Amino acid sequence: MHRYIWLIPLLPLAGAAINGLLGRKFRFSEKLIGSIAVGTIALSFLLSLAAVYSYGFSNNSIWPKPYVTSEDGAFSFTWIPGGAVHITAGAAERSQQETERLSRESQPGTPAAPPDEHAAEPARGALLNVEWSYQLDALSSIFILVVTGVGLCIFVFATGYMHGDPGFYRFFAYMGLFMFSMLVLVMGSNFLMMFVGWEGVGLCSYLLIGYYFSKKEAGDASRKAFITNRIGDFGFALAIFGVIATFGTTQYTDVFTQAKGYPLELLGHWGILSWIALGLFIGACGKSAQLPLHVWLPDAMAGPTPVSALIHAATMVTAGLYMVTRTNVIFQHSRTMMLVVALVGAATAIFAATIAITQNDIKKVLAYSTVSQLGFMFMACGVGAFVIGIFHVMTHAFFKALMFLGAGSVIHGMHHEQDMRRMGGLRKYMPYTYMTFLAGWLAICGIIPFSGFWSKDEILWNAASTSVIPYGWLVWLVGTIAATCTAFYMTRLMALTFWGNYRGDKDAQGHGHADAGHGHGAHTPHESPPSMWIPLAVLAVLATVGGLVGIGPAFKSLTGSEHPGGRLNIVNYLDPIIWNAQTGEFGKSHEGGEEAHGAESAATSSPTEHTEGGTPSASLPHAPAASHTLTLAETSAEALGSHTAAEWLFIVISLVVATFGILLGMLFYVRRPELPDIWARRLKPLYEASYNKYWVDEFYGLTVTRRVMDAARIVFTFDSKVVDGAVNGSAWLTKLSSKLTGATDKYFVDGLVNAIAAFIMRLMSPLLRAAQTGFTQNYALVMVLGLVAAVALFFAGDILSAVKSIFASVWVFSFWS
Amino acid sequence: MSTFFAPALVLLFQEATAGRADVMLHSVKNPDLSKFLVIGALLFVIGVAGVLTRRNIIVIFMSIELILNAANLNFIAFSRYLQDTGNVNAVAGQVFTVFVIVVAAAEAAIGLGIVIALYRNKETIWIDEIDLLKW
Repeated sequence: MHRYIWLIPLLPLAGAAINGLLGRKFRFSEKLIGSIAVGTIALSFLLSLAAVYSYGFSNNSIWPKPYVTSEDGAFSFTWIPGGAVHITAGAAERSQQETERLSRESQPGTPAAPPDEHAAEPARGALLNVEWSYQLDALSSIFILVVTGVGLCIFVFATGYMHGDPGFYRFFAYMGLFMFSMLVLVMGSNFLMMFVGWEGVGLCSYLLIGYYFSKKEAGDASRKAFITNRIGDFGFALAIFGVIATFGTTQYTDVFTQAKGYPLELLGHWGILSWIALGLFIGACGKSAQLPLHVWLPDAMAGPTPVSALIHAATMVTAGLYMVTRTNVIFQHSRTMMLVVALVGAATAIFAATIAITQNDIKKVLAYSTVSQLGFMFMACGVGAFVIGIFHVMTHAFFKALMFLGAGSVIHGMHHEQDMRRMGGLRKYMPYTYMTFLAGWLAICGIIPFSGFWSKDEILWNAASTSVIPYGWLVWLVGTIAATCTAFYMTRLMALTFWGNYRGDKDAQGHGHADAGHGHGAHTPHESPPSMWIPLAVLAVLATVGGLVGIGPAFKSLTGSEHPGGRLNIVNYLDPIIWNAQTGEFGKSHEGGEEAHGAESAATSSPTEHTEGGTPSASLPHAPAASHTLTLAETSAEALGSHTAAEWLFIVISLVVATFGILLGMLFYVRRPELPDIWARRLKPLYEASYNKYWVDEFYGLTVTRRVMDAARIVFTFDSKVVDGAVNGSAWLTKLSSKLTGATDKYFVDGLVNAIAAFIMRLMSPLLRAAQTGFTQNYALVMVLGLVAAVALFFAGDILSAVKSIFASVWVFSFWS
Repeated sequence: MSTFFAPALVLLFQEATAGRADVMLHSVKNPDLSKFLVIGALLFVIGVAGVLTRRNIIVIFMSIELILNAANLNFIAFSRYLQDTGNVNAVAGQVFTVFVIVVAAAEAAIGLGIVIALYRNKETIWIDEIDLLKW
């Protein structure tokens, strides 16, 4: 079944094409548009399920190896036909031995001539042949399931949410196009296909944020998102060029096979792989809204809520995670970049979480929460736990899509009211939404056994126990504080939205929006239709139990193994795509019993294994050279005497901080609602900073936007004065020259023509006129003359001979007489 | 015709230049075909010249008559010549001459009628003054 994976992205594209091209012209009904869109996504989802089952779990599964459609000719074509690539970077750098050998050889020769670097080494090149083929492996199978599965729920939800919107067909065309791009992104078998998907989702994000294009803020937000993403894409494009220049190919399998043989670049060493990783990470920062480039995501909430759920929470923003995990072999080769990723992730997590505490727009809170959770994911990648990062992508897709859709349901029920200060007590009015939201809330807070707990706890544990980067304890601390903030602001959101008393005006008159479109006149909040709460219920179930695919090693005594469930456990399933720095190969090193992601094994194992895992060993060329300091986890394990006890300690810590956050939120917003104001006054600077989002937008506006606009103004001045001046000047010159040529034409050429014509006329006309006498006799004379001439010609011979004989006879006669 | 034409001219010139009186007298007393043809040709040329040069329409008519008579003369001359050579059907030329005379009479009648009508209207018989169709 995995032979048919090329249909998975194609179906949404077909649906989008039908809706977008025909939907308006033939006035498709909402039902038809909705069923085309939902139907194609559902088919894609079923195909994905079948393909992943066939790839990873059936009898003839090829699971550890990636499946590329070009391998067995299922689907591929040459997309960008080959050209010779001169490999200029990477392995082209000569090895130490080679350099020494060359210098030794050049010494006996003429010292004056410097050794020609290019002549000395053999020309290295490759044939770049970019093919369009899809790759199915552990990573992309997780992503296609999340994208199509969560996407299906959101599509169903959107048919209810967008009901009555005049742009219904347009919305679903964009959404289908987005699904296509996203699936190309995660299923492409090379960097360029990922880039195409990357740009495609960027475009669809732009289109969908600006969906309500008549609103200025939506248009501004869409442009902001697009431009901010351009910065990231610039880095990504540079990284792709770097990959081509280094490896001569873009195909993942080839690149990673070559990359794993490269030497490890330690902290502070900027080798070629570090630069590539930096470019990739800049791209990831743009797409996944990490710290310097996060500004677009909160503004992107101007789009319809299903868009926020699908693009800005569940799928597109996790593309950065997908990329980092996909290229984890490159990232793991650069310890510097791992540290950068971890620190950026941690900084983003705490930064966004603190902003989310003070926001009043329900979608803004969720947006900053998303940024924060993405920070958690990058934190996981940075500390080497790529698998856990993807695990969190998955659980986050479940609970954050659920919460966004729940927020959409609330907004729908509140008649497009987004300010939480005017909500409250919605539990009464919207029981289904409330129940499902509850599951999402507990999941994101990290309460056992909801899905968020498993992934978030694993992230924090890996941060505490990492040996990949230094300062793991700092990352852990920041992450724990961010998790507390998360629990607090989510409880705040719950309290302000669902608990307490309804604060909106129940009998207010004249709401600005189209009430008639909803088919009801009352202003009280109301429950959403089944098409909206059924997806919520599905996602709530997923958010509740979705984390069970990644039960951590701390529960060994309960489950019987470190990662229970065999391949069904995400850690085992994703393992083959993770490069193991210890063995230099992909996947687990089963001999040593070590995990790919981490030094947790360093703490678990016996002292001999400890040395092997944590400190450099002569037999392992890829092992880090830096001396290993004890991590937080190791310290606590030593203090407690057992590794499992240390894990349990961290689990308890994360549960305690989550509970603390929840209780604090309840205290502030349920028990004593006057407290928030008091504390806002007490911590006024902090409150102001958080409420104003740390003035990042203002800062960017002052430093970047204003400067860019100044530059634009200068360029415009140059354009209007110099360029336009040149153009106008040349126009003036052209006019002048055309005037000159016109005059020449008029007076010289025409004059000449006229003169010649007049001359001919004056010369010839008397002759011709003279012939036309009007006297018949003249004409008759001409006729006679002509007749004579004709006869003369006809009898020319006779006349000649007659004349001759006359003369002859005259001569004879004169002679004779 | 060319077989006749050339020897006739030759003969004419031979005899005209020879200047022998007896020969000339003999040829005048016994005119052969060439004499008639020469006369006819002269008549024709005079007629054509009259048509082309005269402006008096009556004179032009007379010139036309000359041309017709030149033709008649040729008809008669050839007819007689053919009778002399023993051709049985040689009377056709004489019959044709009668026809020509009839046609010429009819033509003269009509033409003179036109001339009279013209004269009544324009009071002229000079053809260069009859220019009603001239623009």
